[in-house]
Amino acid sequence: MQRRYFDYAATTPLDKEVLAAMIPHLEENFGNPSSVYSYGREAKKAIDEARDKVAHAIGADPKEVYFTSGGTESDNWAIIGTAYAKKKKGNHIITTSVEHHAVLHTCKYLEKQGFEVTYLPVDEYGMVDPKTVEENIKDNTILISVMFANNEIGTIQPIAEIGKIAKDRGVLFHTDAVQALGSVKIDVNELNVDLLSISSHKIYGPKGIGALYIRKGVKIDNLIHGGGQEKKKRAGTENTPAIVGFAKACELAVENLESYAQRSAKLRDRLIHGILESIPEVRLNGHPTQRLPGNVNVSIKYIEGESILLSLDLIGIAASSGSACTSGALDPSHVLLAIGLSHEIAHGSLRFSIGKYTTDEEVDFVLEKLPTIIQRLRDMSPLYNS
Amino acid sequence: MMYTDKVIDQFQNPRNVGEIADADGVGEVGSPACGDIMKMFLKIENDVIVDVKFKTFGCGAAVATSSVATEMIMGKTLEEAEKLTNSMVVDELGGLPQEKVHCSVLAEQAIKAAIKDYRSKHGQD
Repeated sequence: MQRRYFDYAATTPLDKEVLAAMIPHLEENFGNPSSVYSYGREAKKAIDEARDKVAHAIGADPKEVYFTSGGTESDNWAIIGTAYAKKKKGNHIITTSVEHHAVLHTCKYLEKQGFEVTYLPVDEYGMVDPKTVEENIKDNTILISVMFANNEIGTIQPIAEIGKIAKDRGVLFHTDAVQALGSVKIDVNELNVDLLSISSHKIYGPKGIGALYIRKGVKIDNLIHGGGQEKKKRAGTENTPAIVGFAKACELAVENLESYAQRSAKLRDRLIHGILESIPEVRLNGHPTQRLPGNVNVSIKYIEGESILLSLDLIGIAASSGSACTSGALDPSHVLLAIGLSHEIAHGSLRFSIGKYTTDEEVDFVLEKLPTIIQRLRDMSPLYNS
Repeated sequence: MMYTDKVIDQFQNPRNVGEIADADGVGEVGSPACGDIMKMFLKIENDVIVDVKFKTFGCGAAVATSSVATEMIMGKTLEEAEKLTNSMVVDELGGLPQEKVHCSVLAEQAIKAAIKDYRSKHGQD
């Protein structure tokens, strides 16, 4: 059976060029970058070059880029590191109700440590109002964390505007840009961010590697303690092959950003319109225009998301859902609930994420098969009266 | 895949889907907010289940447990059908992931609700 992948927001396959860049560092250039002899120096050189490329991808100075194990660690480090470093100044953090769990669960953890967290609401499209951010800043606010683009519904937040507010009020600003990297232009200076999280495996790089941008002069506490790697800020022997692969993936992402975004948006729009036209009682989730070029998220009334996913999987289509049944949790996606969907509608959500290997034929295949699957499940549903 | 082949088969080719217009007993459990609703329809003659249909809103396990449960009670007396437990449903499917066991509980409850409905209509409760 031919398989068709529509879950690029979850992870992406390794680009062949990325793999080629990594191989020498898995084989002959295996030295520890902290070693003084030539093996170590070669690895150190590769990491320095990689840091330049990653910094270039986000408009940063290489000295402001710190490699981590991925987006989750970067988010944890940015938030916990800031909270602990600034606790004498204040204990209030502002974030949103639609953040990734790497941010939300970290904030919940900090609440248990005595910090106060404000979870800002979003509108029906998942958009945060910058005015609401401003209104919630207090004298003891030490950090604002707002994601760049939502992983589930694809909504892109007004980061530069929020960043300007944070800067004017002297509050540190972090953004989780894991989904934005490779899809939207990122410039840390234009965005006025102090901290920014990115991850490699969302842009055709290897898993287990990411980075945290920390603006020069911003002091945050360390999360990982041990050796003096990453300028004594993040201990642990560097994963040189992964770092090199991440850098190559960043290089390719920046190089192809415009063509990728245009191509993906075209496929995305065709898929959205095709679904809305062929299936009744479907709702598009996320912002109609301010959304990631590869994100399609719909709620299909009267049926449940996992049963759609399973049906799609049986014909070789891999997609995703915000259904609680997918995760084994009781409540459906917090993002879908935050944009005002009822539980029953949220249970029937479906996300297709498009990537650089998605073809017109694959989109056609989904559009051909999905209506039949939906009808079959609706015919089985006690909620649906045809 | 976390589901057994039997679960997949019952999901893909569910048995006894539909409604019985003149059902003798109807049972509905679950709620849309929870993501699962099961509705069972029974046709009963001389205390024997001669026809059973279901409609389910829910995940793959919810559909599979509904389907297999209908197969398990078809032709049984009400007394025998009442003895069906969720563990028997799970066993029949060759197992379910732990987080999906609640679907089998719903299947058991839906059948019991339909039988209760029949009994109450016939003064047997």
